[in-house]
Formats: sequence, C-alpha cells, structure tokens
Amino acid sequence: MNVRYFPGCTLKTKAKDLDAYARRSAEALGVTLDEPKDWQCCGGMFTSANDEVATKLSSVRLLKDAAASEQPLVTVCSACHNVVKQTNHAMQTDAAFADRVNRYLGDDAYHGEATVYHYLELLRDVVGYGAIKEKVVNPLKGKKIACYYGCLLLRPGSVMRMDDPENPSIMEDLVRALGAEPVIFANRNECCGGYMTMESPALAQKKSEAVIRNAKANGADLIITACPLCRYNLNKQSDDLPIVYFTELLAEALGVKEEPHE
Amino acid sequence: MNNAQLRDEVIRISGVNPSKCMGCGKCSATCPAYDEMEFHPHQFVSMIKNGDLAPLLKSDSLFRCLSCFACVERCPRGVEPAKLIEAVRLQVIREKGANHLKPESVPAMVDEDLPGQLLVTAFRKYAK
Ligand code: SF4
Ligand code: SF4
Repeated sequence: MNVRYFPGCTLKTKAKDLDAYARRSAEALGVTLDEPKDWQCCGGMFTSANDEVATKLSSVRLLKDAAASEQPLVTVCSACHNVVKQTNHAMQTDAAFADRVNRYLGDDAYHGEATVYHYLELLRDVVGYGAIKEKVVNPLKGKKIACYYGCLLLRPGSVMRMDDPENPSIMEDLVRALGAEPVIFANRNECCGGYMTMESPALAQKKSEAVIRNAKANGADLIITACPLCRYNLNKQSDDLPIVYFTELLAEALGVKEEPHE
Repeated sequence: MNNAQLRDEVIRISGVNPSKCMGCGKCSATCPAYDEMEFHPHQFVSMIKNGDLAPLLKSDSLFRCLSCFACVERCPRGVEPAKLIEAVRLQVIREKGANHLKPESVPAMVDEDLPGQLLVTAFRKYAK
C-alpha cells in the first residue's frame, strides 16, 4: 500500500537515522512512503490560540495534499505528528478558524478530511503487530527496552487518540512483537525538558535526568523514542544507557539495518 | 487594553473557561516546571478568572511552561491551563519589539547535535 509521508525538517538533518530506518522498515513491510513535493516545516510546536492562522498553514497544506491523494498522512517525528494532528482537529472542530484558513488559502474548503497516523499507528493499525512479528528475522531476545513517550506523542489525548495517554502500550506492544521485553517505568510519559534546554538548561537537565534514572532503576538496557528533541535532551544526561529511535530497533529486527543515509 | 478587556481576549483566544476550575491544584502538582514558576498553573487560572493579569504579564513564569500538556491531560475539570498560559504569553510577545528570544543570542546556545526542531520550537514559543 501507499501512504503520504511527511518526514519534517529535522529528519533531513540531525535525525537522519529516524527517517532512514523508517523508510527501510516500511519497504520491508510492503508499505510505500510517498513524500509530497515542496513541503514546509510544521514549526515544531502547535500554538493553541485559535486566532493563530499563519503558523498553521504549512500543516493545512500538507493535510490538503493528503486528502487530495486519498492516502493517509504518516509522520514519524513526535512533534510533527502532534502539530499536524492538532491542526487537523482544529480544522474539523473550529468552524471560525477553518473559515479564516480557507479564505486565506483561497481555494477548495478543507475541514479536516485527511486521516493522520503516527508511524506507530501505521504499524499497529494498518500493518498489524501480528504481521510484523511474522516478518521479524532477527528477534531482539533478552533486550530490556524502556519505551519513552514524552509529551507530544500522547497529549492531548482527546486529539492524538493514539493510545491511553496515562497508560500507553503502543510502543511496548511493538517491542514485544520484535521479540524484546518492554520495561514499564513511571517517567515514560513525563516531559524531558523539551525546548527549555535553551531558556533554562538546568530545568531541562533535571527533567531528563529523572527519566534516565527511572528507566535505569527499572532495569532498562536501552531507551527508545520517536522524538529528536527527546533524544537530544536524554543523550546529554545519559552516560551508559543508549537512547535510540524506535525505527532503528524495528529495522534491526526486520534485518534491514544497513548503513543509513547514503 | 485594560485588565477586563485583556481577560476577555485571553479567554476568547484560548477557548478556556477558567470558571470551571474548582481549585484542586492538580495541574500545579503535576507541572514539571513548578519549581521554577513564580505563578503556578492553578494561579494562572484563578488570576485570569479574576482579571488580575498585570502580574502575569510581567512574570518569567510565562516562559517556563514547557507546553507538555500534563496539566491539560490531568485536570479533573477539563480546564486546560496550558492554553491560558499560552494566550497570556502571546499578549506579551505580540507587542512590537517584545520577542523573548532573539536570533543574536542563538549561536552561543547551539552545539553540534542540537536538532533544528529545538530552534523552530523555541522561536514559535518565544518570538513573533
Ligand atoms: S487541575 Fe483543573 S480544576 Fe484543578 S486547579 Fe488546576 S485548572 Fe483548576
Ligand atoms: S503545559 Fe506548562 S503549565 Fe502545564 S504542566 Fe506542562 S509545563 Fe506546567
């Protein structure tokens, strides 16, 4: 099957691994990721104020492209996923906002018809964890993996609608399908410090340290994440616990983890 | 704008009704930035409800919120405090020359691994 795929800016620069392993794994699972032409940055963060229009237009353009193609729109970065889903939700539920956006764009009215999936949802709901399990050639036996969700994947739960925001299982179930053992830890859906690393590095450091300490205390060998910013913040505070993208683990289990990005 | 107009504007653009708050403090208890805030999420809610916006507009607490949405998810009354904080922050940074983050100060903060996502996010939060 074919889906529209929005990698986002950071996956073209500092997070090439997240992208490369996502592409390889999709191919191995029989999914073709079609990247739309001329996409723009999502902005990294959704502005919740309903009078903000300009900062949401890049997401609306992307959503309209997906709706026209009649394919679901898939993102893999937690932040892109959050911005695009929140924008689509606003287009569906806030008529005054949608009207301003549509008048600005000056063409066919869009009201949130596109379907947006995080790559994890594509794996769980479209491909299916059962089918993935059958394609695993290199089961990750004996590895204890802490799945770090952070904030952007799950919240607000009423809009993201991908899992229970307080007791998620989408990544743990994937880890099980790949043959490894998930480690459940309390801080898995608490903030890493996010963009505070510029404004107040000490605060960001405290938050990331807490995540790492908590994962280690529960016996993790490895932390996985879907977010380049989480990975950056956690990496700064981790000496011996590796922080990797979930797509790397997937590619490894599917036997397609070669040298990325050439 | 006077305080009452400002309150109405913040309520309008956030879509939040602070009168739903029952003052339980759960938003503040779960807030990861609590220790660094002069005014905590539940105080934003009650001060906005009362039209007491002047101290909030001057406070650095506006720039300590991580937009983690923990307060939104965990409020038992569905108040969504983070959206109020965002609306007040916008009142500040939308003024000419009031950007909290200036491009000149960025190079000193950047290291080799820093993802572009961090820069665009910080500018979206701190500047117009
Ligand atoms: S959690 Fe909700 S109801 Fe409780 S103080 Fe905060 S805003 Fe008010
Ligand atoms: S969104 Fe802001 S105010 Fe709410 S819990 Fe997170 S840091 Fe605290």
